[in-house]
Amino acid sequence: MNILVCISKTPETTAPIDFTPDGKELKTEGMNYILNPYDEWYALVRALELKEQNGGAVHVIHVGPAANDIIIRKALAIGADEAYRVDCDPKDAWMVASEVGAFAKEHAYDIIFTGKETLDYAGALVPGMIAELLGVPFISFANHLEYENGKIICQREIEGGYEEVEAPMPLVVSAAKGLAEQRIPNMRGIMMAKRKPLNVIEPQCVSPKQTLTGYEKPPQRTGVKLIDPENMDELVRLLHEEAKVI
Amino acid sequence: MAKVDRYQHHDFYNMDALLSEDHLLARDAVRDWVKQEVTPIIEDYYERAECPKHLYKGLAEIGAYGPSLPVEYGGGGMDEIAYGVIMQELERGDSGIRSMASVQGSLVMYPIFAYGSEEQKKKYLPKLGSGELIGCFGLTEPDFGSNPTGMVSHFIDDGDSVILNGAKMWITNSPVADIAVAWAKDEEGVVHGMILEKDMPGFSAPEIHGKLSLRASITGELVFENVRVPKKNILPGVKGMRGPLSCLSKARYGIAWGVIGAALDCYDTALQYSKERVQFDRPVAGFQLQQRKLAHMITEITKAQLFTWRLGTLANEHKATPAQISMAKFNNVNMALEIARESRQMLGGMGITNEYPIMRHMMNLETVITYEGTHDIHTLIIGMEVTGINAFK
Repeated sequence: MNILVCISKTPETTAPIDFTPDGKELKTEGMNYILNPYDEWYALVRALELKEQNGGAVHVIHVGPAANDIIIRKALAIGADEAYRVDCDPKDAWMVASEVGAFAKEHAYDIIFTGKETLDYAGALVPGMIAELLGVPFISFANHLEYENGKIICQREIEGGYEEVEAPMPLVVSAAKGLAEQRIPNMRGIMMAKRKPLNVIEPQCVSPKQTLTGYEKPPQRTGVKLIDPENMDELVRLLHEEAKVI
Repeated sequence: MAKVDRYQHHDFYNMDALLSEDHLLARDAVRDWVKQEVTPIIEDYYERAECPKHLYKGLAEIGAYGPSLPVEYGGGGMDEIAYGVIMQELERGDSGIRSMASVQGSLVMYPIFAYGSEEQKKKYLPKLGSGELIGCFGLTEPDFGSNPTGMVSHFIDDGDSVILNGAKMWITNSPVADIAVAWAKDEEGVVHGMILEKDMPGFSAPEIHGKLSLRASITGELVFENVRVPKKNILPGVKGMRGPLSCLSKARYGIAWGVIGAALDCYDTALQYSKERVQFDRPVAGFQLQQRKLAHMITEITKAQLFTWRLGTLANEHKATPAQISMAKFNNVNMALEIARESRQMLGGMGITNEYPIMRHMMNLETVITYEGTHDIHTLIIGMEVTGINAFK
């Protein structure tokens, strides 16, 4: 079973988020980036488990500049066999999906995994676009996945419960929490990762379909007002006049 | 309820730019492991003075035993800076957990690697690296701490074996260890290292109780009563105190890095707490006296980070001298202990509870400033280096 896992970078979850004064760009100075947890903990690890059970290979692909090589090395340290980096700086989901789609068309992957979304922009658009470009089924937000008789059977979390869906391979699956358990790379894996191939490929250079016009932070939460438990009239007045909820 | 580890790394001088991809991956992997495996359980084990023995295997799985030793001998094939950042992250969790790994890697695997026969290396190193065997290191004796040269443990020749008598004290891991690398004098008074196995008749390792520091690390004695040790268990590659002292240099190097982790955890806790704790209608972090403490802490941590990075670079070039290692251990442990004390005060009463890690780090660091050469002994090593005059006796 040959599997492609799409990996992305995202700012460290504790990084302070700030924008340039004109609101057009994210301030990236001093920001640390990590491998997107949905890609790393769930998509990549489930791919490695399937390889361990069924044989084959796990490749990872990243669309981004050389500065992001460390997240690719991490995926190799966790256990991926080979990596591909499309050398461009994508501006939207369409650019990423187009690059992955063009690459995957030239290779015979049985499953293409992505995380359900990248933590920074949370667009969740890339896997659906890849599936459409390749003309293959797409199962989103899978939190359980089994391979049986040439088919993939997934469980998806839906409002109030779960649904089970199946699709033939090849297909695209986006991985949600629960699909696998995080694997921490060990020192030997980190050293072996240096010897695994990291292939750099030229981009297709498609144009983005979206243009970012600006960022805005949500309004700051105002402080908590403490009211004497004996003073119910004041509580009612505040809820009515300030919070305007009654 | 399991504790949530809110630790954030602090890198005031962009030291990460001096680290390689391997170093950063190793550091982040160990940090993730500590958040997952150590933080949720450490306060409980510490309070009960119990060693979390299941972590011996976990430490092996992430590759924390002898990361700078060659892969074919059970190590990780990494460099000395990688070893340093691994120790730093482990000690960010707890000095006792770092001690488990330091002893196994620097004091057991290293002497077997450096001074052992090929047969000894093949027999023990892969199993030590995988955590299948746990080791300990016996140098300090009840009456010979800072003066190990005076040791009384000794052995006499008896055909294919030697007969060993004596006792060792303050031995990390000894009650649970499968093997011990112990140092003793021959009939001419020359120190040799030898590998003891736990089931050798006359060899015992009773636990030392009542420690108020390093409570999650197990410590014991080694007692040798006419222990028959095959000569093939003696390390052939070294004679004299150079053997044990070279091991101590390795371990002290790891400590110099490790304690930065403890200091960072204390600083991070105090910083987060002081920004949230409100007194006189404002966060206490806004008061000048508290800012002075925080500024002092991050300055000292940054200096220690630069110190160890340079020491690591020298170690990678095989140029780090024992006195340089002493200076880093001397400075950094003292720095960490001062930061633990200062940050504990910033938390007021909460600082003495096990809701926060600071008091535990502070108590641990009282051991760390004592073992592997006391603070005073390292002062004298530096003093001797700069004056050429031995002030030990």
